[in-house]
Amino acid sequence: MSSLRIFSVVATFLTFAFLAGCGGGSSTPPNTIASSGNNVASISVNSGPAGNYANGAFASVTICLPGTSTCQTISDILVDTGSSGLRMLSPLITLSLTQQNTSGGDPVFECFPFESGYTWGPVQTADVEIAGEKASSVPVQLIGTSTAVPEGCLDFALPSSNTLESLGANGILGIGLFAQDCGQYCEQVQTASGNLNLYYQCASSPCQATGESLAQQVPNPVTLFATDNNGVIIELPAVSGGETSISGSLVFGIGTESNNALGGATIYTADSSGSFTTTYNGAPYSGSFIDSGSNGYFFPDTNGITECGVDESGFYCPSTTENLSAGNQGVNGSSGTVNFSIGDAATLFDSNDYVFGDLGGSASNYFDWGLPFFYGRNVYTGVQSASYANGYWAY
Amino acid sequence: MSRRRAGSIQSGLLLLAAALAIVANAFPARAALGGDVTSVQADQLHMRGSLRTTANASYTVHQIQAGSGAVVREYVSSSGKSAGKVFGIAWQGPWPPDMRQLLGSYFDQYVQAINAQSAGRAGRRPVRVELPGLIVQRGGHPGSFVGRAYVPEMVPTGVRTEEIQ
Repeated sequence: MSSLRIFSVVATFLTFAFLAGCGGGSSTPPNTIASSGNNVASISVNSGPAGNYANGAFASVTICLPGTSTCQTISDILVDTGSSGLRMLSPLITLSLTQQNTSGGDPVFECFPFESGYTWGPVQTADVEIAGEKASSVPVQLIGTSTAVPEGCLDFALPSSNTLESLGANGILGIGLFAQDCGQYCEQVQTASGNLNLYYQCASSPCQATGESLAQQVPNPVTLFATDNNGVIIELPAVSGGETSISGSLVFGIGTESNNALGGATIYTADSSGSFTTTYNGAPYSGSFIDSGSNGYFFPDTNGITECGVDESGFYCPSTTENLSAGNQGVNGSSGTVNFSIGDAATLFDSNDYVFGDLGGSASNYFDWGLPFFYGRNVYTGVQSASYANGYWAY
Repeated sequence: MSRRRAGSIQSGLLLLAAALAIVANAFPARAALGGDVTSVQADQLHMRGSLRTTANASYTVHQIQAGSGAVVREYVSSSGKSAGKVFGIAWQGPWPPDMRQLLGSYFDQYVQAINAQSAGRAGRRPVRVELPGLIVQRGGHPGSFVGRAYVPEMVPTGVRTEEIQ
């Protein structure tokens, strides 16, 4: 073997070793992002309609009066695989949608708790169209109302997310693991102390808790599409450092069209709480999850990563980027390691960027794989079905 | 003293429960952080849950499991100035718990704190409140919400706050 050949082999080896050491998938080819199609909606990660969102993926959704062509398109709706149900800011809705009522004829309202805020408002019915997909007579939540928030809702003690400024989006498109937004818990009124209710009837003030059948609950709208209704794929490009915006695709259906095959992705099934296990720094966290609606990697600070000051409270601010890894394990036994990086949130936020691949912060007792996990990696979210009782993620 | 299950106290609890039911009806249970150990039993009654108790040298953990899948753990100090008081609480369940009930007299300052937090960059993330006299960390997602709260000055000497979870 000539010295040149040896040099070439060594150089090649070193290159691979270098790339492998970089983590973050830089040694793998870029992910394929579907171009336009009947089941493909464009999404964009940007500062959002309030101009203040970090790591938010947004899409447009068209709603129509049921059975008519009287429609309205709402832009800048947060794409959220961490919840189920379509919710939109009430002041933006110009259509007079049909109010959902109880069997007794009283208007149904909902208080929906997210990780860091709640939405409150009436449940109404609309046809929903996204890309070429349509769902008829879908219960949706309108966010924001003059009807007083009941005490039971305030007792969640979460910040209000009922305005454009606090929500940072025109709405939330919940396309997660579950077919309904609440499930069995909401079928009857919860009366035991400590358990709060989500659905209310508001015949008079104050609103009273009410049971809501599965059929009446706000559903994952994807499940009501005629086709491509078994899940979604979010496809976004890789991000290095910070960027002002990026574009990608939200693909409906898994294995239903030529553009949404599972391919080589590994399925990680969820448990009944919509969680799987992530092992980080030697400790397993069984309440972990993948969520496009969370804006960073959030995990227990057991590695001594420097936390930010009061201005970015809850985020990590290491002086040099931390290259880390964690292992995911599905209920089905699938397992794999994910490499990720955490940068200095204070520096990131001081820029004019709104897309951050290295944004993270602390969480107690779980690992939340937020939107940065989706950058450069096609992530499948499979809705619960006969085959997958609690749904799955695949990547 | 090593870990023990306090199954022996359960029959006694039934009697206590009957007595407390009267009290609880008159004064809705607001046991909770900073409350004393008797309030734990009131909580159990109201949650209609099962109670399991474990203890070590520094504190006793009263774990209340409700039928809905919600679990609340109340940490009661065994000694020192906070002896007999709930110095920490941890919870998990499909939906967030009644925080007014769990935080008791600390509820109002917690709510003030979250409402005062500057919006900064919008985006969904865990909630943290860190006041001189109260720490609350909570988060999760629909289907699985978790969190914990404690009063730093009431945590028994030698106990790591990570144990509250």
